Amino acid sequence: MRVRLSDLEPGEAAVIEEVALPELEQQVLIRFGFFDGAEVRCSRRAPLGDPIVYSLDGSEVALRTETACRIFASTGERKACEQTR
Amino acid sequence: MNQLLQIVPSSATKSRRQIRTVALIGPPNSGKTTLFNRLTNLRQKVGNYPGITVEQHTGVMAVGDQEITIVDLPGVYSLNPYSEDERVAVNVLNGKMDGMPRPEAVLLVLDATNLTRHLSLAAPVIALGLPTLALLNMGDLLAKRSGSIDAVKLAGDLGIPVAIVSATIGTGLDAVGRFLQQADSPARTTLPILQDVRECRRWAARVASESDYRPPLSPAWSRRLDDILLHKVWGPLVFMIVVGAVFQTVFGLGQPLSNALQDLLTEMAQKAAPFIANGFLRSLLLDGIWKGVASVLVFLPQILVLFLFIGLLEDSGYLARAALIADRTMSFVGLNGKAFIPLLSAYACAVPAIMASRTIENKRDRLATILIAPFMTCSARLPIYTLLIAAFIPERPVVGVFLGTRALAMLLLYVLGFVAAIGTAKMLKSSVLKSTSAPFVLELPEYRWPTLRSVGLRLLDRGRVFVQQAGTVILLVSLLVWGLTNLPLHQGHPPALEDSVVAHLGHFIEPAIRPLGFNWKIGVGLLTSVVAREVIVGTLGTLYGRDPQTRSVSLQAALQHDLTFSGAMALLVFFTFAMQCTSTLAVVRRETNGWKWPVIQFIYMTGIAFLAAYIVNQTIALLK
Repeated sequence: MRVRLSDLEPGEAAVIEEVALPELEQQVLIRFGFFDGAEVRCSRRAPLGDPIVYSLDGSEVALRTETACRIFASTGERKACEQTR
Repeated sequence: MNQLLQIVPSSATKSRRQIRTVALIGPPNSGKTTLFNRLTNLRQKVGNYPGITVEQHTGVMAVGDQEITIVDLPGVYSLNPYSEDERVAVNVLNGKMDGMPRPEAVLLVLDATNLTRHLSLAAPVIALGLPTLALLNMGDLLAKRSGSIDAVKLAGDLGIPVAIVSATIGTGLDAVGRFLQQADSPARTTLPILQDVRECRRWAARVASESDYRPPLSPAWSRRLDDILLHKVWGPLVFMIVVGAVFQTVFGLGQPLSNALQDLLTEMAQKAAPFIANGFLRSLLLDGIWKGVASVLVFLPQILVLFLFIGLLEDSGYLARAALIADRTMSFVGLNGKAFIPLLSAYACAVPAIMASRTIENKRDRLATILIAPFMTCSARLPIYTLLIAAFIPERPVVGVFLGTRALAMLLLYVLGFVAAIGTAKMLKSSVLKSTSAPFVLELPEYRWPTLRSVGLRLLDRGRVFVQQAGTVILLVSLLVWGLTNLPLHQGHPPALEDSVVAHLGHFIEPAIRPLGFNWKIGVGLLTSVVAREVIVGTLGTLYGRDPQTRSVSLQAALQHDLTFSGAMALLVFFTFAMQCTSTLAVVRRETNGWKWPVIQFIYMTGIAFLAAYIVNQTIALLK
């Protein structure tokens, strides 16, 4: 199922399919591991609801909702994600 | 773990090159600074690269019987010159940085606990063709958290030697010395030249898996701590306690320490006075130079206290959590969560606050923070606030016993400064400092115990930067103001204040400040208080103390006699907005590496102060 990264519930994992942001913003996000094919898990939300903390490559990175809602991911491969810690 | 894995045999035919300069490069949070401190043993210099705000750290490391210069490059994730930091790194590595020789070798620092991500930087660095040693830092943590890496395979894949080290505990670092002594072969450049960040990232993932990289398990206690510290209720609560403690300590400990230091330095001057002949020389030495030095040193306690906290918060990992909690609120004014602590500490003093803005990676947000910080009501404004409020505002209850007119006036001044800061931030962030291509990304590092060593080094570093690089400007301006108040000489003696150059200047600017309700004496106060805001109280005390009409009354009574109510209110508002602080300007110049921003800031703030004071004076005068 295709969802926005910002719609993931804490604990839910997904594989990024598309980063619908300008190239320069994509360049920044890639450095932190947000690019198509990457496996991401939503760890938690900040106390005020925004930003959202994601866990990927074993580290935790927070994005604002305004950024996360432009990243599309598929939750279909959830099983595979959970196996890769 | 300590061995240096030299996989690619060095070509014996190549003549050995003498290595004099080596560059240290690595992503942010790779422990690069800790490593730099280890390797150089504090023999280092801090400056700014010409024309930009990036700090330049160089140090000296002893290898065998020779000394090698280490250049600590800014933390970067790639060598694509999008950001200022990356441009600096690329220019230094290519030998295109003014006044800096091209490094003959590279030390590439990567966080072993975050290797897949950090390896992206390896491709472009190795592609430069310089002899390179990859240092997998935090090797101790990797092993402790049951992660692993086959360093032999990794060295084979990368075509460069690889060493697993720990900068924090100092293991494996002998590899650096051995590498620098025998590094004669450039890195094998058969790696694909990867210009694209995406390809670098994929390449990194492949290399990591080929070298059997197992990322460490993130410690359960770190996540459990986040369950509390980022909890909907407990999170903000702990946040408020922490920032409250920071503020209270900077204000409640730093301030008294600064005052005590001031008293001590003044007392030393008084003790020394009898040993110097009364006259010009004594005045120059004690009132000019010594007071100037003192005005630099009194900032140190507050700077050190704030940086002690910043060091503890940043090294423990909590600073990132605090930024996460504050981000939602800060985003309303177009800033990000990292601006919160610097702005809060500006309520104590803008000088350490502006220095603390270095924790904000985004250059535009950082500049915006620097530009609005001096609007926050700092403690130097309090003497003139309390003096004028006590003199002109009668105490009457507003909300029962809780809030009186005087407290309300004080509160309004705080709000006024805050509103000016928010308004300026909004204006800057929607115009010249608009962030275009930088989404807010915040890494949450795992919690760690801060080490005494690392926090101590930071204090030393910041203290030195302030005294050496802002101190000179502060000292010069103090001397200039001293000169203006002690010239022209009368028979070899300094004149009375009302006959000095600064008094003439006060009379000269009187026509300009009369519409604000100020007389020439206030004008002199405004001029002398460019050294520091609180100086105006002393200046006015001296001037009114010499005036036969007001000689016998207190300064408060003298002001009541000499100033109108509207003029006094205008003066309060003027001090809320005006940039009456050389030390702040000197620090802004140091942090932005030039006079452009401090000059703009001075004109902007003084312009608003002038306009607001004019409006207040005229409006109140009209209403009466």
